[in-house]
Amino acid sequence: MADRFIPPDSQTLGGKDAGCVVFIDRQLAGGYGRREGLYVRGPFEKGAKSQGQQSSQTLRELYRTGLASLEQYCRSGKAGRSFAQLTAEQQDEILHGLEDSSVQLEGAESSTFFEQVLKDVQQGFFADPIYGGNHEMCSWKMIGFPGARYDYSDWVGRHNERYPFPPVSIAGRDDWTPHKG
Amino acid sequence: MARKLPHKDVVIVGLGWTGSIAAYELADAGLDVVAIERGPWRDTATDYAPNFAQDELRYRIRHELFLRPDQTTFTFRNKMSDTALPIRTWGAFMPPNGVGGGGVHWNGETWRFLPSDFVLRTHLIQRYGARFLPQDMTIQDWGVTYEELEAHYDRFEYLCGISGTAGNLQGRIQPGGNPFEGPRSRPYPNPAQQQPFSHALFAKAAQELGYKPFPQPSGNMSKAYRNPLGVRLGPCTYCGFCEWFGCANYSKSSPQTTILPVLVRKPNFQARDNSEVTRINTDPDGKRATGVTFVDTRGEEWEQPADLVILAAYTIFNVQLLLLSGIGAPYDPIANRGVIGRNFTHQTISDVTSFFDKSRFVFNPFIASGAIGMCIDEFNGDNFDHGPHGFVGGGYMGQVQTNGRPIETTPVPPGTPRWGAKWKQAVRDNYLSALKPGTGVHGSMYSYRDVYVDLDPVYRDRLNRPLLRITMDFHDNELKQNLFLTDKFAEIFRAMGAQQVVKEYRKAPYDITKYQTTHLCGGAVMGEDPRTSALNRYLQSWDVPNLFVLGASAFPQNAGYNPTGTVAALAYWSLEAIRNRYLKEPGPLVHA
Amino acid sequence: MPDARYKALYVSAALMLAACRFPAVQAGDPPTAQDFTEIERGRYLTTVADCVACHTDPDDGRPFAGGRPIETPFGTVVSANITPDRETGIGTWTGRQFDQAVRQGKRADGKRLYPAMPYVYYTKMSEVDVRAIRAYLGTLPPVHHEVETNRLPFPFNIRWGMRLWNALYFDSSPFKSDPSRSSSWNRGAYLVQGPGHCGSCHTPKGILGGDKVKRALQGYSLQGWFAPDITADSRRGLGQWSLEDISQFLKNGHNRYAGAAGPMAEEVMHSSSKMTDADLTAIAQYLQDMPGHSTARQPLAAGDPRMKAGGAIYQDLCAACHHQDGSGVPFLIPNLRAAASVEAQPTSVLRVIIRGTRTVGTQNEPTAPAMPGFGWQLKDEQIANVTTYIRNSWGNAVPSVGADDVRKAREELQARSE
Repeated sequence: MADRFIPPDSQTLGGKDAGCVVFIDRQLAGGYGRREGLYVRGPFEKGAKSQGQQSSQTLRELYRTGLASLEQYCRSGKAGRSFAQLTAEQQDEILHGLEDSSVQLEGAESSTFFEQVLKDVQQGFFADPIYGGNHEMCSWKMIGFPGARYDYSDWVGRHNERYPFPPVSIAGRDDWTPHKG
Repeated sequence: MARKLPHKDVVIVGLGWTGSIAAYELADAGLDVVAIERGPWRDTATDYAPNFAQDELRYRIRHELFLRPDQTTFTFRNKMSDTALPIRTWGAFMPPNGVGGGGVHWNGETWRFLPSDFVLRTHLIQRYGARFLPQDMTIQDWGVTYEELEAHYDRFEYLCGISGTAGNLQGRIQPGGNPFEGPRSRPYPNPAQQQPFSHALFAKAAQELGYKPFPQPSGNMSKAYRNPLGVRLGPCTYCGFCEWFGCANYSKSSPQTTILPVLVRKPNFQARDNSEVTRINTDPDGKRATGVTFVDTRGEEWEQPADLVILAAYTIFNVQLLLLSGIGAPYDPIANRGVIGRNFTHQTISDVTSFFDKSRFVFNPFIASGAIGMCIDEFNGDNFDHGPHGFVGGGYMGQVQTNGRPIETTPVPPGTPRWGAKWKQAVRDNYLSALKPGTGVHGSMYSYRDVYVDLDPVYRDRLNRPLLRITMDFHDNELKQNLFLTDKFAEIFRAMGAQQVVKEYRKAPYDITKYQTTHLCGGAVMGEDPRTSALNRYLQSWDVPNLFVLGASAFPQNAGYNPTGTVAALAYWSLEAIRNRYLKEPGPLVHA
Repeated sequence: MPDARYKALYVSAALMLAACRFPAVQAGDPPTAQDFTEIERGRYLTTVADCVACHTDPDDGRPFAGGRPIETPFGTVVSANITPDRETGIGTWTGRQFDQAVRQGKRADGKRLYPAMPYVYYTKMSEVDVRAIRAYLGTLPPVHHEVETNRLPFPFNIRWGMRLWNALYFDSSPFKSDPSRSSSWNRGAYLVQGPGHCGSCHTPKGILGGDKVKRALQGYSLQGWFAPDITADSRRGLGQWSLEDISQFLKNGHNRYAGAAGPMAEEVMHSSSKMTDADLTAIAQYLQDMPGHSTARQPLAAGDPRMKAGGAIYQDLCAACHHQDGSGVPFLIPNLRAAASVEAQPTSVLRVIIRGTRTVGTQNEPTAPAMPGFGWQLKDEQIANVTTYIRNSWGNAVPSVGADDVRKAREELQARSE
C-alpha cells in the first residue's frame, strides 16, 4: 500500500523503501497504536462527521482487522491472489475502492481503514528519519525542506533565493562526519 | 478525605499567562501566594532544547506539549437537538497543559482589540440599528473601555518585548502601522521583525490594491531584549517551529521567558505542578471562597485554604470549575437564564492556498516565525460599512504563514489526486512556490443564544466528574462574513501573481476535527449586569467577591484578533484593582 | 583559709577578669565580641571568604554546620562544623585557636588542616579581619552536628604528612601592599590573594596539590570543570574584558560575554553578588594588571576535515543560540570568540556540551539561561570535532580535541551526579 500511495520514481524513493512501513510498525508498537492519552471511555456511539472519530478500536486493532480483511477480499476476488501479488493497476483500483467505500471489507470499515493508512504512510514519509521513515531524508531532499534546522537569521532577508544547504535530521547529516581528502 | 494544607493569602489556579501575571503582582504586593498547576513544570533547556524541539511529528502531530484528552476532555454537539459525543482526540482547538500554559506553544501574535469591540452592542446598534443584528445574537458591551485598558496593553507589550510598528500614536496615524488600531501611548518596545519573501510580496500587492498593510505585532523578538523585570530574551532565528512548539532559544515571549525567573526568586511564592484543582470551595452560604481542593499524581486529595482565589486555568477550564463548584447560576439556553456557560465563542478562520510559477518564485516557507506576517485590518470589526453586506464582525487577514513543515504544509493544486505518482510529483513541484497562510482570515465569532457550554449528562472524566459539553455551530452571520473576507483575501494573492488561487471558505457545520486556533472565549463573561454576566468589570465574581476569574472566559464575544494581548491587559487591569482597592477593603468592587 | 588558696583565688580571678574583656577597655584595644560594627564587618568578610559555601552541606541545609564533602585530587575531605556549638562546633575555641586554624592551618587539637581549607590564602588576611569573622560566627545559632572530616584514603588520611606539605607549599608570609599602587588596587590584591582565595580554583597546581605560584591564576581543572585563566591574557584570560565587565560578572553572574556556571555560579550566588561595588572594581583592577603568558598559535586550517565536520555540526546545532560567528547574545548566550573557557583546557566546554548546564540567576540578572546537553545525540567523534571547531574559529587557536578525550570526559561525568 505504501508503494502505491507513494510510488518510487527516478528521483525519490517510494513509500516502502523510504521506510514508511517501519515507521508505522514502530508507531503502532508505541502509545500511538494503543490510543494512549486519548479519551477511550464509553459509551461509544456513531456521531456526525463534525463530531470526530468515535471508534472503540485501537489503531493496532484497526490495522490488524483492516489488513486481514483486505487480504481476504483480494484472495476471494476475481484475481484470487493476495494484495501484494496484484499488479499496480489492480492495487490502485482496490485502493480507490476503499477510499470511496465501493469496496466493502468484512470486519472493517473501508474508508476509515484507508484514511488511517494513507495518513500514517504520508506522515512516515515526511517525519524526521529518527522515526524509521523518510529514509536518508529522501522526502525532504525531494521538496527542498532543510529539516531540523533552527537558524535562518542570515536568510530572512534573502528573498527569492534558493536555500543551498542540505537537510539535517535530529540524527544529523553526512557532513557531521569528516570526509577524507 | 482531603488533607488540609497551611493557609495562604492567595491561591491561583493555573500557572499560564494570567496565573503568572497574577502571581507576580500579588507576590510583589507582599502576599503569601501559591499557584497550583495541573500539568508539569516546563523549562526551555530541559523540555524544548534546540536539538530536539524541531520535531514536527512529536509536537505538531502527536501534541506532546498539550493536555491529554484522557486527563480531561469535553463532549461536543452542533445543535441542542443533537447528542453530544466526546472529543476523543483534539482537533478544532488544542488545550494547553503545564506551567506556562498556552504561552509556551503559542505563536506570539499579540493584538489589541479595537475600541469599538469593547462597546460592541452599543456601537453596532447605534450605527446599524437593532434590527440589523440577528435576533439570537447575544453580543454585549464589556463594562470596560479600550481607554481604560490602554496602559495595561502597553504593560504586557513591554513585558513581552513585542516587535511591531505602531499605527496610532496618541491619535496620530503612523505610516507602516495599523491605521485602524486604537491610540497607543508609545511605540512597541521592539521594532517589527524582518519579513520573509512571500510576506513582503503580499504587503506590496495589498498596498497596490489600496490597502494599508503592516507587520503583525509579534511576540518573537526582532532583537535581544531586556524586559522591565530584568529578564532577557534573545533574537528570533525564524526557525519555523513556533506554534505547537516551545521556543528553544529564549526568543518567544512566554511566562518562562518573561516572568517566571523573577517570580521563582520570591520567597513568598510557591508553585505546585502536576496538581489538578478539582473544586473551588465555598462557605456554606456559597458567598465566600475558602480555598481549593486539588489532587496530586497519586490521586490523593488536598485542600488549600486561602483568603483570595484567582481562577486562571484557561477559558474552558475556568467555566468547568465554576460549574463543578456550583458558583454562579448555570446557563439555561431554553429559559434564557443563568450566566455560567453563556456567550461561548471560538473564531471563524479560513484560508487561501495559492500556487505560483516555480521558475520565478522561491518562497522558502520554512523560514518563518510564529507571528510573522503582513496584515491588513480594513475588514476587521466595524472598520468598514457593513450596511450593504448584511453581516457584522470581521477579522484581520494576512500572509501569516508560519511554517513549511512537510507533514502539515505540502499543498497541491486542486484536482491533484490525494495519493500516487501524480500526488508525489505535485508535492515536489509546488513545495517551494506555494503559499498557505494557515489562519489567513482571522474572523470574529459573535455570541449566540444556542452556542454555550454546560455539564454533560453522560460522559465522565478519570475522576468521575461530568465532562463539559460544548454546543456550537456557525451562524449565518459568520458564514457570510467569512465568504466576504475570504474573497477579498484571495484577490490579494491574485495580485501577487499567483497562477492559481484556491479559496477554502469556512463552512457549516462547525467541525470539531478541523483546527481553528485555540481561541475559545466566553462562558464566564464580564459585564455591567449580573443577569447577563458572571463577573463585574474587574473580573470579580458577582457571586463570590473573593474570587476573580482571569482569561478569555471573560470575553462576551470574540473579536477578529488573537486574544492573548487582551487577556493579559484585562489581567493587569483586574490585578491593579485588587492591589489598589480590594486588598485594602475586601468586598464587591462594583455594586450592581 | 591558707594564704596560698587566697592567692590562687586572687590570681584566677584576675585571669578571669582579663579573659572577660569588660567593656571598660582602653582605646586602641581590639574590638569586643559585642561590638555590632565589628560583627557586621565580620559578616561581610565571611561573605567575601565564602565560608558558607564549603561549610554548609546542601543536603542538610543548616548554614555553617559542616558536613559537605569536598572533592580533592586525593579524595574527599568533609567540611567542619564552624557554628558555636560547644560539642560539635568551635564554640570552645579561643580567638587564637581560630586564628591559627584559618591563617596557619592548625586545628585546636594540634592536628593540621588539609589545604581544601584554603589557609594558604587566608594566611594573607590580617589578624584583625579574622577576628571580625570569628565575632560574626559567634553570633550564629549553635548547631549540634557531628562531622567526620577526614575521609581521605591512605596515606593521605595521615594528617602528620601535612607538615611536610606545608614545608614545601605553605608560604605564611603576610600580605604586602604595594605603595606604588592605588589603594583600590591594593584592596583588590588583598581580596584576591586573601579572603577571595581565587587561586584555590584558578591557580594551576603540582602533583601534590601545591600552587604553581609563578603561574598564579592561569587556570586549573577541578571537580569536572576548568576554572579558566583570569589574568589579563588577551587570549586565555580576561584581557578582552573591561573593568566593568569583570565587576558585572562577579556581581550579577553575567556580562555581555559570559555567564557563571558550575562552582563559579555558586561563588557568585553566595559571595561576590553580595560584595560592594568598590571591592569588585578593586578586584577587577588587580586582575587586569596580572600579565598574560600565552603565546600566539596558528589555528587549525578551516579546510581540515575535522573543522569542516565540526563546522557543519556547529551550524546545525549551535548557531541558533551562539550565532554563526560565535558572538552569542550579550547577557544571555555566551560569546565564544576569545572566551576564557574556550581558550583553555577543554574540560568545561566538553562538560557543557555533553551534559549542559544552567547559569546563575541573580537579583540584577534573574534569567538564568541554560545550555541543553548534547551527549545523548552526538557521538564522541562529533563532540570532539565541534569542540575543535570552536577552539579554532573566530580568533581562537588552541589544540584540537579527539574522540578519546570525549570518551574520558563522559566517563568522568558519569561518576558525578553534579
